[in-house]
Amino acid sequence: MTDSKYFTTTKKGEIFELKAELNSDKKEKKKEAVKKVIASMTVGKDVSALFPDVVNCMQTDNLELKKLVYLYLMNYAKSQPDMAIMAVNTFVKDCEDPNPLIRALAVRTMGCIRVDKITEYLCEPLRKCLKDEDPYVRKTAAVCVAKLHDINAQLVEDQGFLDTLKDLISDSNPMVVANAVAALSEIAESHPSSNLLDLNPQSINKLLTALNECTEWGQIFILDCLANYMPKDDREAQSICERVTPRLSHANSAVVLSAVKVLMKFMEMLSKDLDYYGTLLKKLAPPLVTLLSAEPELQYVALRNINLIVQKRPEILKHEMKVFFVKYNDPIYVKLEKLDIMIRLASQANIAQVLAELKEYATEVDVDFVRKAVRAIGRCAIKVEQSAERCVSTLLDLIQTKVNYVVQEAIVVIKDIFRKYPNKYESVIATLCENLDSLDEPEARAAMIWIVGEYAERIDNADELLESFLEGFHDESTQVQLQLLTAIVKLFLKKPTETQELVQQVLSLATQDSDNPDLRDRGYIYWRLLSTDPVAAKEVVLAEKPLISEETDLIEPTLLDELICYIGTLASVYHKPPSAFVEGGRGVVHKSLPPRTASRSESTESPETAPAGAPSGDQPDVIPAQGDLLGDLLNLDLGPPVSAPPLAASSVQMGAVDLLGGGLDSLIGDSNFGAPPAAVTTAAAPARLGAPVSSGLSDLFDLTSGVGTLSGSYVAPKTVWLPAIKAKGLEISGTFTRQVGSISMDLQLTNKALQVMTDFAIQFNRNSFGLAPAAPLQVHAPLSPNQTVELSLPLNTVGSVMKMEPLNNLQVAVKNNIDVFYFSTLYPLHVLFVEDGKMDRQMFLATWKDIPNENEAQFQIRDCPLNTEAASNKLQSSNIFTVAKRSVEGQDMLYQSLKLTNGIWVLAELRIQPGNPSLTDLELSLKCRAPEVSQHVYQAYETILKN
Amino acid sequence: MIHSLFLINSSGDIFLEKHWKSVVSRSVCDYFFEAQERATEAENVPPVIPTPHHYLLSVYRHKIFFVAVIQTEVPPLFVIEFLHRVVDTFQDYFGVCSEPVIKDNVVVVYEVLEEMLDNGFPLATESNILKELIKPPTILRTVVNTITGSTNVGDQLPTGQLSVVPWRRTGVKYTNNEAYFDVVEEIDAIIDKSGSTVTAEIQGVIDACVKLTGMPDLTLSFMNPRLLDDVSFHPCVRFKRWESERILSFIPPDGSFRLLSYHVSAQNLVAIPVYVKHSISFRDSSSLGRFEITVGPKQTMGKTIEGVIVTSQMPKGVLNMSLTPSQGTHTFDPVTKMLSWDVGKINPQKLPSLKGTMSLQVGASKPDENPTINLQFKIQQLAISGLKVNRLDMYGEKYKPFKGIKYMTKAGKFQVRT
Repeated sequence: MTDSKYFTTTKKGEIFELKAELNSDKKEKKKEAVKKVIASMTVGKDVSALFPDVVNCMQTDNLELKKLVYLYLMNYAKSQPDMAIMAVNTFVKDCEDPNPLIRALAVRTMGCIRVDKITEYLCEPLRKCLKDEDPYVRKTAAVCVAKLHDINAQLVEDQGFLDTLKDLISDSNPMVVANAVAALSEIAESHPSSNLLDLNPQSINKLLTALNECTEWGQIFILDCLANYMPKDDREAQSICERVTPRLSHANSAVVLSAVKVLMKFMEMLSKDLDYYGTLLKKLAPPLVTLLSAEPELQYVALRNINLIVQKRPEILKHEMKVFFVKYNDPIYVKLEKLDIMIRLASQANIAQVLAELKEYATEVDVDFVRKAVRAIGRCAIKVEQSAERCVSTLLDLIQTKVNYVVQEAIVVIKDIFRKYPNKYESVIATLCENLDSLDEPEARAAMIWIVGEYAERIDNADELLESFLEGFHDESTQVQLQLLTAIVKLFLKKPTETQELVQQVLSLATQDSDNPDLRDRGYIYWRLLSTDPVAAKEVVLAEKPLISEETDLIEPTLLDELICYIGTLASVYHKPPSAFVEGGRGVVHKSLPPRTASRSESTESPETAPAGAPSGDQPDVIPAQGDLLGDLLNLDLGPPVSAPPLAASSVQMGAVDLLGGGLDSLIGDSNFGAPPAAVTTAAAPARLGAPVSSGLSDLFDLTSGVGTLSGSYVAPKTVWLPAIKAKGLEISGTFTRQVGSISMDLQLTNKALQVMTDFAIQFNRNSFGLAPAAPLQVHAPLSPNQTVELSLPLNTVGSVMKMEPLNNLQVAVKNNIDVFYFSTLYPLHVLFVEDGKMDRQMFLATWKDIPNENEAQFQIRDCPLNTEAASNKLQSSNIFTVAKRSVEGQDMLYQSLKLTNGIWVLAELRIQPGNPSLTDLELSLKCRAPEVSQHVYQAYETILKN
Repeated sequence: MIHSLFLINSSGDIFLEKHWKSVVSRSVCDYFFEAQERATEAENVPPVIPTPHHYLLSVYRHKIFFVAVIQTEVPPLFVIEFLHRVVDTFQDYFGVCSEPVIKDNVVVVYEVLEEMLDNGFPLATESNILKELIKPPTILRTVVNTITGSTNVGDQLPTGQLSVVPWRRTGVKYTNNEAYFDVVEEIDAIIDKSGSTVTAEIQGVIDACVKLTGMPDLTLSFMNPRLLDDVSFHPCVRFKRWESERILSFIPPDGSFRLLSYHVSAQNLVAIPVYVKHSISFRDSSSLGRFEITVGPKQTMGKTIEGVIVTSQMPKGVLNMSLTPSQGTHTFDPVTKMLSWDVGKINPQKLPSLKGTMSLQVGASKPDENPTINLQFKIQQLAISGLKVNRLDMYGEKYKPFKGIKYMTKAGKFQVRT
């Protein structure tokens, strides 16, 4: 006799039959009938019509029957609220029953009846049960408070149940404590602001005691609760860690991971010199490894968390590479995660092993996995420099297999390797070109085209190769089209004589026949660039690209720190803060790692023990390059954005202009100087079309150099550095000034959020000239919504130095009570010109001769109708001093000197032709022992002279 | 906390649903079905699936998906561990965990699930306690119940729930007092083409079946406890005693339970008891490939290797295989391309081998991937790590129990690359 018999009655009038049976006098028949009802309910049949009949069976001493009726009630009370009232009396009576099992059962079921009318009747019985003598009843009642809160939060607060619940944290029974904590945590989640779980050292002690004695599930609740506590000093943190460590040996993986969370978080407060710190690190590895021998679903969650842990503290698992090796019958989601961690752990010491494994994976069956394995080889090459050569040869081996998707992935990663190690592995290009025809995925095609364009001068038939792609231009994806456009322009600049037709063709394809605005705009920019100033075009298009690094795959440090606080939760599985996905944003409190506070040294002198949620000064001060801030219009290449160097024509390369001249003339044809053919106007030609081309161009470049270097006067007008949308309502604009020997950063802070902002602080990343704030950021009053404050932050140049790219890049972190924000800006170099920069005449001559000619850089400052006197004065006020002046054949030559804050001298020769109004261009030659500054000095000249 | 549970069979039918809070419509499972479709194979369905309002966490056991629905931030491991506990409980109650059995016992299943969670919080998950609350169905009890009108729901407060040893019920009585311990070790290994070990580790467990009267307090000590540096204990084990003396001291639950699981990692030397010699070759031009494997013992400490089964997923291009084994039986499924060879015992004097040819698709190029060989085997009376129990003592009770210990080594995920 099995329960399946309950499903067999499919006759007509089933409900009617059941009704009769439920009202039967025979106990046995009644029970069977209720069982049938429940069975129908479990498979989703609607048996709510039997409500009154089932409730009638509730008055019984048969425990099973009672339980079955309760099951039914919980399911249908919501749909029959009026009927449900009938059950209230029985509940109240059962709560007084001498048997604690019945009392607990009644209070449990009561809470599951989600009917408003009933809840009021339940308050009194619940209050009694919360104080019941039997802990089994108390722990059940604790959960009931959470249930009731879910139905009617106000009622629970009014009745004072929350306080009773808080008292239960000090209960003598560990299970009651655990359930009280669980209930409070759940309630707190819907009340992020309330201080429900206000923990102090006494309550922490209670929890730690209960931790040892309660069930595994209770341990999880308690550990998760402990993780929210902020110990007052490192001694307390250590003692909590010591008591939590035994949980790492628990059989329940959720307990283990929650314990890991507590330890990872409190470890932050321990000094690294402490012996205990080392012990703790050692203890963390084995449990994490053990998690990987569990079922695949557990492994997956564990791996996502380990991914965070190895980024935060790579030392924990650095010797455990082998446990992440992939077994061929692992589920795909486990394989991909293992691979990711293998790359994170890859180092010079283990790279040989890792590569051998990756090569093995590349021959597996699963396509997704194989692709990722091939990519992983590329990432290894970028991460571990010593291994690059082996990686490249492994990739070549894989290309030889001719498996289509392997070849394509290999080409994509080889492109990245070229970006990391330019001019090292180009010998493989020939092999790559052989596989050109087999590429059918856009990303691989784009990568191959990039390679051809970038190394056009080394590939004999580059033009043929690119031409072959051009045939099906319109069928290609945007990615490939953009890449093809850039590659052909590169090719043209490298081999102008043979490729005019090709470039003409691609430009017209891009500008006239395409609906894609990105492609069209890029086409126009190239067109204008080529037609106006081929030399500039060359410098822009063929500019040296910044190297890429493996950092791009890492989680940003502040996010990582936040995620460490969420180990074991969904947030850690998605690698996103809960605010990014928890519904309605309720229950979202930003968590952060505790700052390191040493009890021994500075417990008294640091008054601001950073509160939860406020990142501390200990936070890593390296900020990731915020590439998007540079508003890079001419994003010429794949991968990280390239900052386009401003337009600059060097007379050294003037010869090239002549060479290009002929080609360009024919390219431009009869259209007047660079304006695209008239037909284009249909395709939204730029509005500035009629304006002088040069000004159009400088407009363009004003855009590219974006963040306020070249604009404005001696003191550039403030530009927006940090838009409100990126900084949770805080908008920062500013500029740099230099007055009587002191540099300052003039800032304007605007609060565009709805809440008051306080606790401002600022920090600079290391930069090329050691710029650093000389005083803290003083915002005297809290910044209320829509208020703006202007202030001037004095700077000095004694900070730590690190060469930046570009040289005048400054990365800034600003903190307030809401969060930490990062931005980067470019400062004009002239704020660094010091007052004693005038060099003695003799000295000037000697130095000029002394600096080798290769260090001389020549620039043109266009459209600057100034006379010699005015120019000299303008420059002098910015600490560029005229040492001597000479006039030759209607040209004035100014010899000038300036000195940077770090003691670098720059010597200049400025040629002005005041006699000839048609020649308004100035010519500038700069000589300096550190030639990399010349470019920026030139920019400073231009800024000063034009304003 | 855990909102609802859906049980779904492999053909995508929801055959049981249970809600611990408000009812979640079963349409939420549509997101799961989508993921299931994408995954092609049941094993590859991702364990965490986000939907607009809920999260679905699932485990796949005995060809059934156990899908839990949660709405707020709940530790996913907590949910997955709980689902495993549900599976274990079903197995414990009904002997097997399968769709027909669950359907046959749907009311008991429902009652058990109701006891396991309250409002999504775990309530009673120890099978000792559950069985006191709801008696598992047996033929005898069904008969007795129908005659006497009694029920299979206990009417006593489960005594263990509140004592200091919540895992043990009180008033246990046996006429024969016995305690058996099984030390079972599984070797997970990856062996590369040339026969050298890429990784090897041992997952060990000590499973116990303790049937002792009263409240016995046991201590178990090892000859070489230093092997155990990475262990997880049943909650009954006193951790402090282990830390200071390396002795397992515990009051056992009644019946079967897992006392300890441990992990001996690759850094310690893991002995590999078998080797596989293989030669699998495809030729570019020919439509025939050659196949030969031989299995032999390596480091077995003089014990016999039994229950050897060799399986291998052959490349898609292999149409059929014509093989002759020196012993045992073999099958090749031309649809799934799965080769399976049931070898049996390995006789060191006469090594078992499997030889023959593979027929490949005519004209197709040779397969890209190399088949991996999967090995299963058993070695009785040997713990490959060398772990040995020293002695078992009992305190707190007067009688003399019968004690037994067994060792066994098995292959876990043992793979040989070719």
